[in-house]
Amino acid sequence: MESFIELGQYILQNLINALQRGSFYAVISIGYSMVYGVLMLFNFAHGDIFMVGTYIGFGIATLFLALFAGFLPGPLIFLATVIITMFLASWVGVFVEVAGYRPLRSAPRASAAITGLMIGIIFETGILILLGAKRLSFPPLMESIAYNIGGIYFTNVKVMIIVISLLLMIAVHTFIQKTKWGMAMRAMSYDFLAVPLMGVSINIIAPLTFAVGAGLAAVAGILYGQAYPILDPYMGVIVGWKAFVAAILGGRGSIKGAALAGYLIGFIEIFVATIFPSTLRDLIAYSIILLILTFRPRGFFGMEHSTKLRL
Amino acid sequence: METARKFINMFSTVPVLGWMLGFFTAVLIEYYWGYDYISYYLGLPKIPVLFGTLVMLKNPMMIPGVVGYDLIVYVIPILLIAKLSTFFTNPIAVILEKTPLWVSSIVHLILFYGVLHLWAGINDYRVLVVKLTLISIILTISINVINGYQGEFSCSHPGFMAIGAYVSSIITLYFFVSDKTFGAAVLSPVLGPWLFPFALLAGGLAAALGSLLVAIPSFRTRGDYLAIISLAFMFIVKSAIENLNVIGGARGMGGQPDYAPLPIIFIWTMLCIWVVHNFVTSIMGKALNAVRDDEAASESMTVKTRKTKMTAFMFGAFWAGIAGGLFAHVLTYINPGMFSINRLAEILAMVYFGGLNSIVGSIVGAVTINILGEALRPLELFKWIIIPLILIFVMIFRPYGLISFKEINAKRLLRSRHKKEQGA
Repeated sequence: MESFIELGQYILQNLINALQRGSFYAVISIGYSMVYGVLMLFNFAHGDIFMVGTYIGFGIATLFLALFAGFLPGPLIFLATVIITMFLASWVGVFVEVAGYRPLRSAPRASAAITGLMIGIIFETGILILLGAKRLSFPPLMESIAYNIGGIYFTNVKVMIIVISLLLMIAVHTFIQKTKWGMAMRAMSYDFLAVPLMGVSINIIAPLTFAVGAGLAAVAGILYGQAYPILDPYMGVIVGWKAFVAAILGGRGSIKGAALAGYLIGFIEIFVATIFPSTLRDLIAYSIILLILTFRPRGFFGMEHSTKLRL
Repeated sequence: METARKFINMFSTVPVLGWMLGFFTAVLIEYYWGYDYISYYLGLPKIPVLFGTLVMLKNPMMIPGVVGYDLIVYVIPILLIAKLSTFFTNPIAVILEKTPLWVSSIVHLILFYGVLHLWAGINDYRVLVVKLTLISIILTISINVINGYQGEFSCSHPGFMAIGAYVSSIITLYFFVSDKTFGAAVLSPVLGPWLFPFALLAGGLAAALGSLLVAIPSFRTRGDYLAIISLAFMFIVKSAIENLNVIGGARGMGGQPDYAPLPIIFIWTMLCIWVVHNFVTSIMGKALNAVRDDEAASESMTVKTRKTKMTAFMFGAFWAGIAGGLFAHVLTYINPGMFSINRLAEILAMVYFGGLNSIVGSIVGAVTINILGEALRPLELFKWIIIPLILIFVMIFRPYGLISFKEINAKRLLRSRHKKEQGA
């Protein structure tokens, strides 16, 4: 009986860790998935947009904490940081679209993938040149309080990360399902050749999609900074590729699928690491993904391609 | 503009043989007088390695000296000799033209190798650069079979390369070297260089078998989903090697015998170009293009799409495995981290820069990216801004790469260039 409870506690404890890890993947993979839905191209710079977003968040947070830490309440500073970072990072997304993807809209898809990758490398190197190789540490935006309920330990930061991620996903879902802009995006992902003829400009919808994705990635970056405070110019590569895989697993352009797959990858990572030696984590995670894609080649919620792939 | 065109026209009568002779003279000048006289009087510390780009970027004061050196050693002798020697290189080219194409090609290749060997022999750094460039050419051509001719977006090439590198290293270490991991050498080390090709072939075959893991899912899916499958394959190979402590795990594996001198790598590269060229111009190669352009239509035209895809993957992976084996024996040390995302970005950059569906393009891409990477080394971090920018511009202005959808025509390349033929 005793050991049974311990096992339950153990599983619940890891469940919370997995939810936190999965939240990052889910929020970032939505950015990939949205761009893929609209343009049928992957924004390979997205992982690095996440990284740049984290650095912007770091700058804003440090600035605000230095200016207003005494007389403004903590949550207000947090909110202001999130909003301003989102705004700035979405311009990074727009930049990537205009510089790297717009000139290549009619080119083969692989070429756009290459430009995306290269813009990512430029971001990484640019940050490295600007800030040097020293490791920066993200300032904590709220005091961490540890709770212990029934033997399960968690902090308010973890809860905040999970809740904010869920709220963000609901917000994006509502935006896409209920607003006119969202409708335009969905129409574009249904047929990006006919919809521009109906008076919806792809030159507005595409940057908007990139901007929304980049904003989400920036918030994910701030939350990531709260959980793992060490900043590194190459952090976007590791997290970004996993989120990219999640976006594919979820199915083309499916927000629901991307979020679900993001959580799934988080769960696989955490639970594999608890059961097997942690060096096997990537091996098992990617083997599971390979199996899923072999038997469900279109991902969880992917629809048949409406237009022929331009490869 | 007009004068430039006239100047270029002056050299239209020079056959390939003439250029080689010019380059040979330049190399001889560098070999005999390069250090003692030319670089000494120009104030250069030693013979500039890669046409002086390294020295130039480190110390801008050296620019006049380097430009002078390049002019004296390379530009002027090459142009002069190439132009002046047409009176006897053209007749020789005519004689070679009358022999079968393979004879003429082999003669040209041997001459080219001789010049390359002399040029690289000036110092060890050049040898290493040339070796790695040749290996990159094999890699780029092999990924072009899958990504260019067959039209999939495969990201698994570093994985294939890793399989080849590890399998061939294990074989050479087990049979020909006495070391801690595998014990005493089973065969006499004297046999090593002679049996090395078999180790390479075994590595290539292992990579080809591994590629089935990517090829079989490609029956049902293609495009982005296949890209992910191949990416997953790459990560699986990498972390599988990291977890195999028998072969060194994440620490890597060292002590491979140096069985890959320049001539061996050159022969393998030329073999690769020849075999791949014959493959892609064969009926099978045309089937690859058919499957790329329209899978359903080619299926209805009796192309066996599954067999075609499998062949393309196995063939590409085989050569990637060979390249991996050579790579391991050049560096005499490998670790799983070498075969990861960075390598993938490099391979993709080379193939998409050079051009899809073209062997010449692959060669151009591999050589440019490699030499550029080495030449810009003194810029350190800024190198990783300049090279991506160049690639972005190439992608924007030439979306299929610099030289795409073009094949080598050896006969046309090696022909003699008399004035009369120009007019005709």
